Amino acid sequence: MIEIVSRDRCISCDKCIAVCPTNVFDRGEDGIPVLARRDDCQTCFMCEAYCPVDALFVDPRSHPLPEPPDEAALAAGGLLGSYRERIGWGRGRTPGARFAVGPSLDRAGAPLTS
Amino acid sequence: MNELTADVLVAGGGPAGAWAAVKAAEAGARVVLADKGYLGTSGATASAGTGVWYVEPEPEARETAMASREGLGGHLADREWMARVLDQTYANMNELAEISKYPFPVGEDGRQIRRGLQGPEYMRRMRVRVRRAGVRVLDHSPVTELLADGSGAVAGAAGYHLRDDRPFSVRAGAVVLATGGCAFLSKALGCDVDTGDGALFAAEAGAELSGMEFSNAYAIAPAFTSVTKTAFYSFATFYRSDGSVLEGAGSRRGRSVIARTLLSEPVLCRIDRATPEQQRAMRLAQANFFLPFDRQGIDPFTDLFPVTLLAEGTVRGTGGIRIAGADCSTTVPGLFAAGDAATRELICGGFTGGGSHNAAWAMSSGTWAGRGAARYAAGLGGRAAARPVRALGEAGVRPSGPAAGGHAEYVAAVQAEVLPYDKNLLRTGDRLGAALASLDGTWRELRGTLREDGAGVVRARSAAAMAAHARWMYNAALARTETRGMHKRLDLPEQDPAQRRRLVTGGLDEVWTRPETGALAVAS
Repeated sequence: MIEIVSRDRCISCDKCIAVCPTNVFDRGEDGIPVLARRDDCQTCFMCEAYCPVDALFVDPRSHPLPEPPDEAALAAGGLLGSYRERIGWGRGRTPGARFAVGPSLDRAGAPLTS
Repeated sequence: MNELTADVLVAGGGPAGAWAAVKAAEAGARVVLADKGYLGTSGATASAGTGVWYVEPEPEARETAMASREGLGGHLADREWMARVLDQTYANMNELAEISKYPFPVGEDGRQIRRGLQGPEYMRRMRVRVRRAGVRVLDHSPVTELLADGSGAVAGAAGYHLRDDRPFSVRAGAVVLATGGCAFLSKALGCDVDTGDGALFAAEAGAELSGMEFSNAYAIAPAFTSVTKTAFYSFATFYRSDGSVLEGAGSRRGRSVIARTLLSEPVLCRIDRATPEQQRAMRLAQANFFLPFDRQGIDPFTDLFPVTLLAEGTVRGTGGIRIAGADCSTTVPGLFAAGDAATRELICGGFTGGGSHNAAWAMSSGTWAGRGAARYAAGLGGRAAARPVRALGEAGVRPSGPAAGGHAEYVAAVQAEVLPYDKNLLRTGDRLGAALASLDGTWRELRGTLREDGAGVVRARSAAAMAAHARWMYNAALARTETRGMHKRLDLPEQDPAQRRRLVTGGLDEVWTRPETGALAVAS
């Protein structure tokens, strides 16, 4: 579930508001998105993929954590923006789709490609 | 009220809706696409990625592909439909490469490998193509009901702009329902927009459902997470909490062992049968599979982690709106269905083909439905928008008695009957009967009073759609008094040769199921 909208990183581009498939975000008074309907978050990570400045963090647990994780620790651990990096979105990156060839699921079978 | 007109209205912005919109526009139609979320991120495909049933047009390869799952599906699929889906999918995947420049991986032979799609990349490019085709895209604008003319032909839809907080209507010559299946808000990856809304709309217009008994798909996920990517669990071993191996448990045929064990104790997992090379390939192939692990400090190849099973209902089941013609028309004039909203029995029978077949079906059925709807709308001449229309919505929008809210309670009541493994996955006549009786009660109550104002109409209608879906599922599951495909009856474990036919279901206040009669002709 969405845990962090980084005030330091956010550039108020409204992209997350537009792309969230379950309409979780509203624009806050200061321009930083607020989690207006957080219970509707389906933990799909799409907002992270579209955030151009890696300002969002979706925890993989589909329920809210008792305390939000520490932003500095996440950044230090390379977890802010890690999904966007993996799928190869962002300037200067190669789309992850180009390398998406998985292992064959059985000895005779073709490699998995998603 | 924002009032729009179009030749073709597409409800739903997953892959089926996107292809329907593109192909309707290419056929010359003015197209509006309305999505509950955002075209590009909405639905089970966008956030997940998927294999695709893409087979080179070589007779032997095609034959093997078609034969491979016929038995699993209980011999309810149709060879002609499989063949045309393979043809259409081949064409559409090639369009993705050539028109959308999708960055397919390149094999050692220098050729692109086109058997899979990364969801975010695929749907981002489909959004670009839809908009380039001149389609008017309404994001965050769920359709809430259909409109019909005096003859009962579908003539548009009404919905709600969530971001602008105001209703809208689209008067259209034809409507394509591409609203997805129903996963009952189980939090399975990307599926919470899939609440079966289109099937409710279709039934209110008089359309039929097919294969609703094949609706008990469950996906393996790390406990408490949403990431339902099951394929890699074929490299896993499953354990009890005391460290002993859970015999018979597996991702392919041993899922009911996992379910049965989860009823009383945790099930642990370790992906301990993959070589280092396979492990590296997994990371490249499915980036999102690793999010739950990397973000919780788990090494899935060496650590034990708890797993759960999340309901995927008819998203990964094969039931849905019954298709009546080769152009994905339904039995209602002006109404077409595509993707997971439609039955996938025609190519899968009673057992899911996984993402692969569903992805192929989405792009194929979307293509046919879009073209079919454009042709139908053109046949109306200029009359489409001039027809007097009436709104068809009932449960959740026009209650039969004094209105009250309460969608969340209804959702919880439906979930209590469809999510538990011992009711839906491990099926017996007694349990199905008791669950259906409870669901019928829920339906009567919400049909009598449920209505919510403003944007609340969307949640009220979704609650009604889930209740309807659950009743169709269990009505059909009780009618199929055997085990076939994914429908496994513990009290009737044998396949009955006399029941090798599809089941058609329909109705709202009174739900009915009957065997399908007559073959579905492909020629048109």
